[in-house]
Amino acid sequence: MLVYLIRRATQSVVVLLVMSALVFVGVYAIGNPVDILINPNADQADIERAIKGLGLDKPLWEQYLVFLKQALLGDLGKSFVFNVPALQLILERMPATLELAVTAMLIAIVFGIPLGLWAGLKPDSIAGQTIMTVSILGFSLPTFWVGLMLIMVFSVDLGWLPSSGRGPTQELLGVPVSFLSWDGIKHLIMPATNLALFNLALVIRLTRAGTREALVQDYVKFARAKGLSDARVIGVHVLKNISIPIVTVTGLQFGTLIAFAIVTETIFAWPGMGKLLIDSIHVLDRPVIVAYLLIIVTFFIVINLLVDLAYSLLDPRVRLADAKA
Amino acid sequence: MRSLATLVAALAFALDFALAPPVAAADLRIALAADVTSMDPHFVNLQPNNLVAWHVFDALTRLDDNARLVPGLAESWKAIDATTWEFKLKHGVKFHDGSELTAEDVVYSLDRPATIVNSPGSFVPFTRPLVAKQVVDRYTVRLKTAGPYAMVPYDLNSVFIVSKRAASGVKPEEFNQGKGVIGTGPYYFVAFKRGDRVELARHEQYAGPRPAWDKVTLRIMTNDPARMAALLAGDVDAIEQVPTADLAKLRGNANFQVAQKVSWRTIFLHLDQFRDRVPGVTDKSGRPLDRNPFKDVRVRKAISMAVNRPGIVERVMEGAAVPASNLVAPSVFGHASALKPEPFDADGAKKLLAEAGFPSGFSAVLNAPSNRYVNDERLAQALAQMLTRAGITMRVETAPANVYFVKARNQEFAVAMLGWGSLAGDLALRSLAATFDAEKGFGTWNWGRYTNPRVDRLVTQSLATLDEGKREAIAREAMTVAMQDYAVIPLHHQMTSWAMRKGLAYTARTDELTLAYQFRAP
Repeated sequence: MLVYLIRRATQSVVVLLVMSALVFVGVYAIGNPVDILINPNADQADIERAIKGLGLDKPLWEQYLVFLKQALLGDLGKSFVFNVPALQLILERMPATLELAVTAMLIAIVFGIPLGLWAGLKPDSIAGQTIMTVSILGFSLPTFWVGLMLIMVFSVDLGWLPSSGRGPTQELLGVPVSFLSWDGIKHLIMPATNLALFNLALVIRLTRAGTREALVQDYVKFARAKGLSDARVIGVHVLKNISIPIVTVTGLQFGTLIAFAIVTETIFAWPGMGKLLIDSIHVLDRPVIVAYLLIIVTFFIVINLLVDLAYSLLDPRVRLADAKA
Repeated sequence: MRSLATLVAALAFALDFALAPPVAAADLRIALAADVTSMDPHFVNLQPNNLVAWHVFDALTRLDDNARLVPGLAESWKAIDATTWEFKLKHGVKFHDGSELTAEDVVYSLDRPATIVNSPGSFVPFTRPLVAKQVVDRYTVRLKTAGPYAMVPYDLNSVFIVSKRAASGVKPEEFNQGKGVIGTGPYYFVAFKRGDRVELARHEQYAGPRPAWDKVTLRIMTNDPARMAALLAGDVDAIEQVPTADLAKLRGNANFQVAQKVSWRTIFLHLDQFRDRVPGVTDKSGRPLDRNPFKDVRVRKAISMAVNRPGIVERVMEGAAVPASNLVAPSVFGHASALKPEPFDADGAKKLLAEAGFPSGFSAVLNAPSNRYVNDERLAQALAQMLTRAGITMRVETAPANVYFVKARNQEFAVAMLGWGSLAGDLALRSLAATFDAEKGFGTWNWGRYTNPRVDRLVTQSLATLDEGKREAIAREAMTVAMQDYAVIPLHHQMTSWAMRKGLAYTARTDELTLAYQFRAP
């Protein structure tokens, strides 16, 4: 177990290094923020002064080494356009994104697994057919369109929910969250639903496929023959066996939700970190882009690790030492 | 999905939504179209940052809604000799902390931008021409320039005046928590939630007209449909930069008002006029041309004639633009109103091309940004079709602004679209049509490297003429010379629009600023 964790940690460091180097070179190849933000009336001296002020006059390898040195001390650099540490900028927006992603994931799981089970157990019933048809919509409708439709229907036409933004926040263990007040929940419902739709459809389909496959397996027949109740056969034996693919996919999807909630955040003016990334790319704010991607990569590494650990709990046959990252 | 949405809706309905606190009548909520990055008014020169700063701070000079210069904190100014400007401050102007504005604060504020070294878009270009600053008395400042320089009062419109006492020793990033954000503007700073909103409250000691709103919330909503939806749903009272496609719908809705005006942003094409062989310019069979067609004024004129400006305004811009003949909008200083937009004449364009030695036309690439100006991509496609009809086969290549501008400044384009907003015609010409000279700051955005000694001479002379009347005459002449020589191909002046709920009114501004204190309730 310990060897396994150490090996995973080493691999992670390599991934982070490669990642930061790639982003550095990539952004450097496009240009620098001075080209975009400099005052139109600036002369050559102004431009050179600005480039020097941001440390962009040094050769790329030197800039990268400076970055690495600072990064080891926990400093990922200062945003060019916000003039605050990139890490701080991202961390202060992270609670909003996490809140959105966790809520979306909860919606997907809480609604997706029962609906998927139902569709799997009664595939030919009207309800089962309906669930599957609707889940196709969840896959195929683009997020931005559904988001806009939600806004049109529930905010503009019906006036039930606020069209955008995050509700008032309160501190929970030092983290500002908005789901503690009714106003906050009202703001959260639509963006979270919007973000959840794709994963909801995914969980439904995975659960249904797994259930249908499991129902004809010997252990289910055996459990039934043994006289176990339906609730126990399905609730314990089937559910446990089909959860491995569901855990894998939801785990990975959770990372994706955090990293790429951008569309939903933009449509609902949700002040999360996805919007920050897009804005930073527009103005080539390299410290923020690098820090953001490093954090996201770290997220994925941690989630993958947790998924692997969850496997070993769900399936005693899985040995962590054998699992390759 | 539908069942889930219904469920959620039913849930929202079941729980009493009337619990939300009602919005007080004297609050105003405005959705902004771009992100605000800093509360330090001297950190980076970005329109959204300046917009917020205009609520909290003031400058020595201001722009009226036609983008003409009017007194701000200075009640008057004059050039007392060729290189000295004297500004008289208004008496009794109070900062938010109750202290009075003095000449010391002005000098401090003019010195401050140069102390911020890590800005990607510094205010230094506005303060650099001031080689010496002198406090004459409590309400008088004298500013010296190296040579005669007419732009000083205009430049000072861009430098916000902060309180020396409050801002001394405060780092730019500390402004975001409200430290040092002490100005003389009609609103004082309450809160800044990055990426989300800025909250302001009325400064009761403000000397100017009393704004109608106790509290103002500026919400950042960069997505066009989302901003529209927030207005329609009543979550905000007003929005800026209404998407052109939604204008007609809003006009037809009695619950909303639209304010619209020609903005100072002019869209035009730069043509490569310095290389002998231009990248991407070939004959019809794809062989590179052995000469640069754009060096011939007849070709440039033909391009201008081939463009159907009224068609673009009507179809591409959906009415939210006016055809351009100048580099600055009609209300702006130095606009030469004798120039008229080039009439559309495709046959005439073909004839001119033949005269210039291109009877069968040629091929070129039209470059445009894809997310910078209103409908820029569609505009590029429409232009390419019009030019192709006149014999110049145009291929469109677009790129996001961050990639586009870097390439454009490296002279990688033959035909390139650019939009420009300027306070004065001579100033726009200095950047766009004067001969490139990095040291002097001339022609810094003259991507086509157009050069005309007469334009250079007139621009230099105009910028050194301290008498506004004489200066404007010279600026108009410079504009006329440059435009008649087709230095660039002007297309249209964008219109900028605001939409608001019924019962609000806003005087649309040429400078595109959204100022909460100029919204009126009837």
